[in-house]
Amino acid sequence: MTAPILRIENISKRYGKKDVLKGASFDVLKGDLKILIGPSGAGKSTLLQCINFLVKPDEGRIWLDEQEVHYAHKRDLCAYRQKVGMIFQDFNLFDHLTALENVRIGMVRVKGMGKAEAGERAVMELERVGLREHMQKYPAQLSGGQKQRVSIARALAMDPKVMLLDEPTSALDPELIGEVHAVIRDLGNNGMTMIMATHQIGFASSLASEIVFMEDGRILERGTPDKIFNHAENARTREFCSKITELYGERG
Amino acid sequence: MERKPGPVGGASLFSMKDREYGDTMPQKCPHIPHVFKVIERMPESLIAIMDALPYLLQGSMVTLVVVVGAMGLGFALGAPLAAGQVYGHPALRRFIAVYVWFFRGIPLLVFLFLFYFGLCTAFDINLSAFAVAIIVLGLISSAYQSQIFRGAILSLPEGQFKAARALGMSDFKAISFIILPQALRLSIPGWSNEYSILLKDSAVTYALGVAEIMARAHFVATRTYQHLPLYFAAGVIFLVLTWVGTKGLRLLEERARIPGYSPKGL
Repeated sequence: MTAPILRIENISKRYGKKDVLKGASFDVLKGDLKILIGPSGAGKSTLLQCINFLVKPDEGRIWLDEQEVHYAHKRDLCAYRQKVGMIFQDFNLFDHLTALENVRIGMVRVKGMGKAEAGERAVMELERVGLREHMQKYPAQLSGGQKQRVSIARALAMDPKVMLLDEPTSALDPELIGEVHAVIRDLGNNGMTMIMATHQIGFASSLASEIVFMEDGRILERGTPDKIFNHAENARTREFCSKITELYGERG
Repeated sequence: MERKPGPVGGASLFSMKDREYGDTMPQKCPHIPHVFKVIERMPESLIAIMDALPYLLQGSMVTLVVVVGAMGLGFALGAPLAAGQVYGHPALRRFIAVYVWFFRGIPLLVFLFLFYFGLCTAFDINLSAFAVAIIVLGLISSAYQSQIFRGAILSLPEGQFKAARALGMSDFKAISFIILPQALRLSIPGWSNEYSILLKDSAVTYALGVAEIMARAHFVATRTYQHLPLYFAAGVIFLVLTWVGTKGLRLLEERARIPGYSPKGL
């Protein structure tokens, strides 16, 4: 058996008196696409942000490539975050930089690459997400789908080992979802390891290696898409899946 | 007293002493004669202004150096203060809050005297009045500027900082390359306000003997007794400098605008 690329153990987070995460654990194998589903407030987003310590977990440990992450050490933390790409629901492109500069800045300022070399790589990544001709535009001049693709290119340029995607298409018009899904699908086919929170279960079931159903800060059930969507053991999982299938259409 | 039909030779056109209006003169309005007096002296005033103008304009260069120096010092201190107050350790935030309270709370004149006559004498520091003016105005301005920048930083979406951290940037890099470049752009309108305030505050430094516009106007006025024209000229020079500076900052704002980002105003 191969060792997991990312191992998460007993992650917990409290905001005041509210337990947002109550000990979430799982392993991610190389090339996995793990999909987190569950109602709003289930802790999916908090869990993803805990994985790269944008939110500091109160308890729990994380290993990347069998190395434990010591997030209290700033240098270790920055090195770790470079290896874990993050895609946000609302894109969070840097508004004062063009698409090209957005993709380049991490390589230049974090990895210390030369501007020319980083620029070439940035053009390559933008080409990969189909935005080469838009590389001189500023975020405010791009559509939502284009912004999200730039943000994916920005993450890819750092050569991440794992990508975290926090509802990457939730803020998009239905028409624009497809172009982002195509990019994510392409990534999956190329063997990128990903953890994604989403409500798009049609897309999820066609791609996921495992579906994780969360509610109230806990992982209630997990399994293959077929198991979760058609033969779920937990009544709550079945209820959620039938509702969300109604909302987001047939799976395919 | 003998009645005369109008202005007589030797008497100036509007001088009341030499002019007889008889019953038509409204005696109840004593300020009207003063108005005539002012108008009558206009040629003389113009000459006084023309004479003093080169001297005053040299002073405007001093004023500009003081203002630009103080703005620069205020910026160099204000930007890190703002970042520290938003993202710093709680102890640092408290220190900055006290700093801002201190420098905003003491009148400029008190500060100038305290620094120049007080501290410089007590500790035997050999600083010119000019240097003290820049330092004191710069320190006070840094407190105000830090609050302009802080407001701009707080107005940025939280996701900008998160995204920078997610790329592996340290907080210092995230602030330097992501947060401040955006926040400073948003600060330019508030910043041009700070320019006009500093420009006017700089006149107070005449009390230390800095040879800026006000000091020079005062110097000439007390020697020539041409108070009105000289202070008037000083006021006009300040107005022109305010206009030029604000216009320049407006151009900067225009140039720094991110396409499609900030709404285009008029």
